[in-house]
Amino acid sequence: MTISLSTLEQNIINQYQKGFPLCSQPYKVIAEELNSSESEVLSAIFKLDEAGILSRIGPVFNHKKAGSSTLAALAVPAELLDEIAEIVNQFEQVNHNYAREHSYNLWFVVTASDDDALAQVITKIEQLTGYQVLVLPMEASYHIDLAFNINFSQHQLGSH
Amino acid sequence: MSNYTSQPSAQLSPLERQYVLLTQSGLPIVSRPYQHVAEQLKISVAEVLAMTTDLKERGIIRRIAAVPNHYKLGYRFNGMTVWDVKDEHVSEFGKVVGQLPFVSHCYLRPRHLPQWNYNLFAMVHGKTELEVQQYRTQIKDLLENILEVRNDDTDQACQFQSSDMLTSTEILKKTGLRLKR
Repeated sequence: MTISLSTLEQNIINQYQKGFPLCSQPYKVIAEELNSSESEVLSAIFKLDEAGILSRIGPVFNHKKAGSSTLAALAVPAELLDEIAEIVNQFEQVNHNYAREHSYNLWFVVTASDDDALAQVITKIEQLTGYQVLVLPMEASYHIDLAFNINFSQHQLGSH
Repeated sequence: MSNYTSQPSAQLSPLERQYVLLTQSGLPIVSRPYQHVAEQLKISVAEVLAMTTDLKERGIIRRIAAVPNHYKLGYRFNGMTVWDVKDEHVSEFGKVVGQLPFVSHCYLRPRHLPQWNYNLFAMVHGKTELEVQQYRTQIKDLLENILEVRNDDTDQACQFQSSDMLTSTEILKKTGLRLKR
């Protein structure tokens, strides 16, 4: 299946990954900026949302300032990866978990209300899994935004 | 355990925590999205907008965004490139790498020797595996002269590489920021 996006939809995706208007009727502002109408913009956004192309619209929080967080990794035997991933995923403080090709093969982000709570979660993960957690908190950020220009021309968009 | 944050953590008022809980998975797609938030928080829309501006100024909100799902847009491949950069150069070159158009995150993180010798992390995204490999090479060209060389003893088996790329094989869990109620 191929998703084809209108110019309006492409513009919405590329222009509002940051600087989504902060006002009571943001879609009206977008419509003015994109030479469209509020209802056209809203229906375009509905379509993008339904298709899963937009994951959400709203504030993007800085994990570090809204609480305490760190990247963490475990090196576990391949045959235990799923089992241990399940243990790690049980923690509501774990909000990303990726299997990666490396001796450290399980990579996740832990977020808690403060440093002490974070340390406790990590200790619990170590106790329950029996493996030492590699704790890699961010010390400096050299790029703060997950916003990059989507190239719509290069390939067709697929969804399968 | 060491401090994870550079900022005091208890920065949110109870109302602000409620605001985070209400908005972290997205605003409703309606003409007046902040109206819903205002009703839930029992404050006015103007107050919600003022709170949002304030949270932005304090750096708690990074940005207001229509957040695309990169995977659905064809960016199926990502690589976490990791580099053992000499400490005195990491800040300068980190900023250069962070500005590359295909890099979504670029962070300084602590080393844990001997298990982990990489201090600079740059996440790259592409539509093919080859594209991601090419991005890694581009970063390597930039950092070539400032990487640590830790294995000068030729008798020893190579213990440390100066860079690596970890590709994801499976997404095991992915949710946005979740604050505990």
